[in-house]
Amino acid sequence: MASAPTYVETQSRPGAFWGLLVLGGLFMLAAFAAFLHFEHSGHVVTGMDNQIVWGMPHVFAVFLIVAASGVLNVASIGSVFGKPVYKARAPLSGLLALAMMAGGLAVLAADLGRPDRLIVAMTHFNFKSIFALNMMFYSGFFAIVAAYLVTMMDRSLNKYSKIVGFLAFFWRLALTTATGSIFGFLIARTAYGSALMAPMFIIYSFAYGLAAFLIVQGSMYAWNNLKLDEGILARMKNLLAVFVGASLYFTAVMHLTSLYFARQIDYERFLLLDGGVYTAAFWLGQVLVGGILPLGLIFTAGNSQKQVIAASVLVVLGGLAQMFVTIVGGQAFPLEIFPGYAISSGFQDGIVNSYSPVLGEFALGFGGIALAFLITVIAVRVLRFLPQDDFAALKIDD
Amino acid sequence: MSESMERAQPANDRHPLPREGDRGEGHPTSRRGFLATSAAALAGLTLAPGIRLVEIAAAKPDNEPVTAKVRWGMLIDTTRCQSGCTECVSACGKENGLSEVTKPRTDAQWIRKIDLKDLKTGHALSLPMMCQHCAHPPCVDVCPTGASFKRADGIVLVDRHICIGCRYCMMACPYKARSFVHEPHTDQNPEVPRGQGCVESCTLCVHRVDRGGTPACVEACAAAGHNAMLFGDLNDAESAISKRIREVKTTQVRADLKLDLGVRYEGI
Amino acid sequence: MKSLAIAVLWGLTFAAAHAAEPGRTPLPAIAIEKPGQCVEPKDVMRRDHMKLLKHQRDKTMHEGIRTKPHSLNECVSCHASQKTGTVLGAEGFCQSCHDYAAVKPDCWDCHQPKAKPALQSQSGPSNRDLLDAMQRGRGGQEVKP
Repeated sequence: MASAPTYVETQSRPGAFWGLLVLGGLFMLAAFAAFLHFEHSGHVVTGMDNQIVWGMPHVFAVFLIVAASGVLNVASIGSVFGKPVYKARAPLSGLLALAMMAGGLAVLAADLGRPDRLIVAMTHFNFKSIFALNMMFYSGFFAIVAAYLVTMMDRSLNKYSKIVGFLAFFWRLALTTATGSIFGFLIARTAYGSALMAPMFIIYSFAYGLAAFLIVQGSMYAWNNLKLDEGILARMKNLLAVFVGASLYFTAVMHLTSLYFARQIDYERFLLLDGGVYTAAFWLGQVLVGGILPLGLIFTAGNSQKQVIAASVLVVLGGLAQMFVTIVGGQAFPLEIFPGYAISSGFQDGIVNSYSPVLGEFALGFGGIALAFLITVIAVRVLRFLPQDDFAALKIDD
Repeated sequence: MSESMERAQPANDRHPLPREGDRGEGHPTSRRGFLATSAAALAGLTLAPGIRLVEIAAAKPDNEPVTAKVRWGMLIDTTRCQSGCTECVSACGKENGLSEVTKPRTDAQWIRKIDLKDLKTGHALSLPMMCQHCAHPPCVDVCPTGASFKRADGIVLVDRHICIGCRYCMMACPYKARSFVHEPHTDQNPEVPRGQGCVESCTLCVHRVDRGGTPACVEACAAAGHNAMLFGDLNDAESAISKRIREVKTTQVRADLKLDLGVRYEGI
Repeated sequence: MKSLAIAVLWGLTFAAAHAAEPGRTPLPAIAIEKPGQCVEPKDVMRRDHMKLLKHQRDKTMHEGIRTKPHSLNECVSCHASQKTGTVLGAEGFCQSCHDYAAVKPDCWDCHQPKAKPALQSQSGPSNRDLLDAMQRGRGGQEVKP
């Protein structure tokens, strides 16, 4: 690299800044109110029940966690693969990773049946549980990414940033593999129990993370009346297209393979044809809005940053739809306890489980986004995260 | 046919004897006489003469830990199970302090009756489904804190002191055996502590079993005269349940998952 | 910054001074209504009852040991107020001490705070209890079929 990247502080617009804080604060208040209500009255006041045990809060939480791990990709491409354009963006990427992970974990913790036992969760570990391993990965993630940020932003420690970057890269791969395996290790349900879940979640994380990064980066540039260099825009949008395409590929492979298994045809028919809201969320949400439309927008974007941002927003929405299909759709389909039999009982056996999320669940989910938002807004105001690309130096490098 | 003939004889090994292990203590002692009286005093049970409810002789001493020498299991004869009957379900609810099911989506159900119909042949049957007390329980594998655990004697339990209510075990169970407590409770049975925010499932009435008793569902089924449920020690080759599963064909539900269940069904 | 620190310190001192006022927090109402010895000496119980209960709960859950000395149900059956039948309430044996110490144990979310005779519906007593009661001539008061 010709010279170290330089960063500038964002422009000071106090009125708008406080406005953003108030906005984020309001969402967080709503989430907190929902949390208190759930904790006091029990989960009977939510839409989740004994059939759909993980609902909207988990959709948002898992999305944030997966995207958090993926947003660090931008930094990894810089340190691990040595691309200077990405290296300049590494601190912002690290910050977003921390912020979104915090948001996702906060929602998960808030939705626990006994959130007062968080200390128990941190002191009692069943090491065979992929969930417990995830918790360890998340804690390590915070530490490593914080260290990574410090090595990048403190000039005297810059020489360590590459090795910490490598550590962060491999830790993140392990973490996302573990997150996908939360579903992949379950034998009980047709929708889960596949080794493909882990790599699929890794690819999803790349797509969602880069999309989230592009949205935040675009907003920061707009706030500061800067224009992103066209070369950088082109590089990043094409990368997003690759990730979105790969996500569609994994989805296709997973479902095509399932269609070959007679014992899984019923679930596939449910999901792909007559699952009602789940079918719509899959085809319209995950595939169309999350896959095909963004690809179209990216390849016709030319130099339009707005179009790329729009594509990123669609990818994020598609990601939420994908999480909904995976988490809620997988539970909605009845458990096949007696294959070959039609079953019925007083405990909702044999029927497609319905799920009506209450407002509080959405409030909780948006609270996680709000937490990530607030952390990011405050941090970029206080510290220097906005990359001021040194174009002269970068001309020589690729 | 042979079925009705079998029903006519009150053979010891067909009736659900709760705790097998009595190696033939022949003569009644004063202690047993007392126990027979006190057993009769329990909750209005009428059993055929000569059928003992409790076997104190082989009960685990109170102050010793359970061991893997015993593996508790249950055998359910679906041919004796009637579609409309819910004796086992009511007994479980009463014993464990579960409220009446008014909100079927969120109320806890530790045992439930399932009506089955073969899609191809139309053959219909009914059976109770509860925690299958697997030897390789998926719920134990996934619990992040280790609250879901398998005791040495095979009973799978939730340690509610460390359950954080994440519900991952509910996602993992292939039998939908687990329920989450969605509301605060105040009317618990002191022997069965349960409360908001934790996950729970059939405990094989561990509070009874540890004191030499039988699960309430098995007792109720016997009391109602159906005798479809048999409880006993699977590790004891001479127990009624072990003998029975040697004699007749029994299956485990979702046997393809190879979880090695403690609950077996006859007639599926 | 300095004025903020002084204000905070002043506020804390004020609160501490007020907290020390007698009668501000009701003292625990420890009424021993049933005659006899507790299973451990009083000072041991005062210091260590939570440790005993925690140890016992693991033994009961994981090993199935349900012996009496440290069983929570036995504590409740002895210490429940004669009037209210429970160990909770403003003057309940457990709650008044914990209120004073500002500790909120979550035991009672799950465990029944009412002593057994106060309950309407319950499981039958264990045979061992029946045996004990009859043999020791307690007249079956604690044990109802």
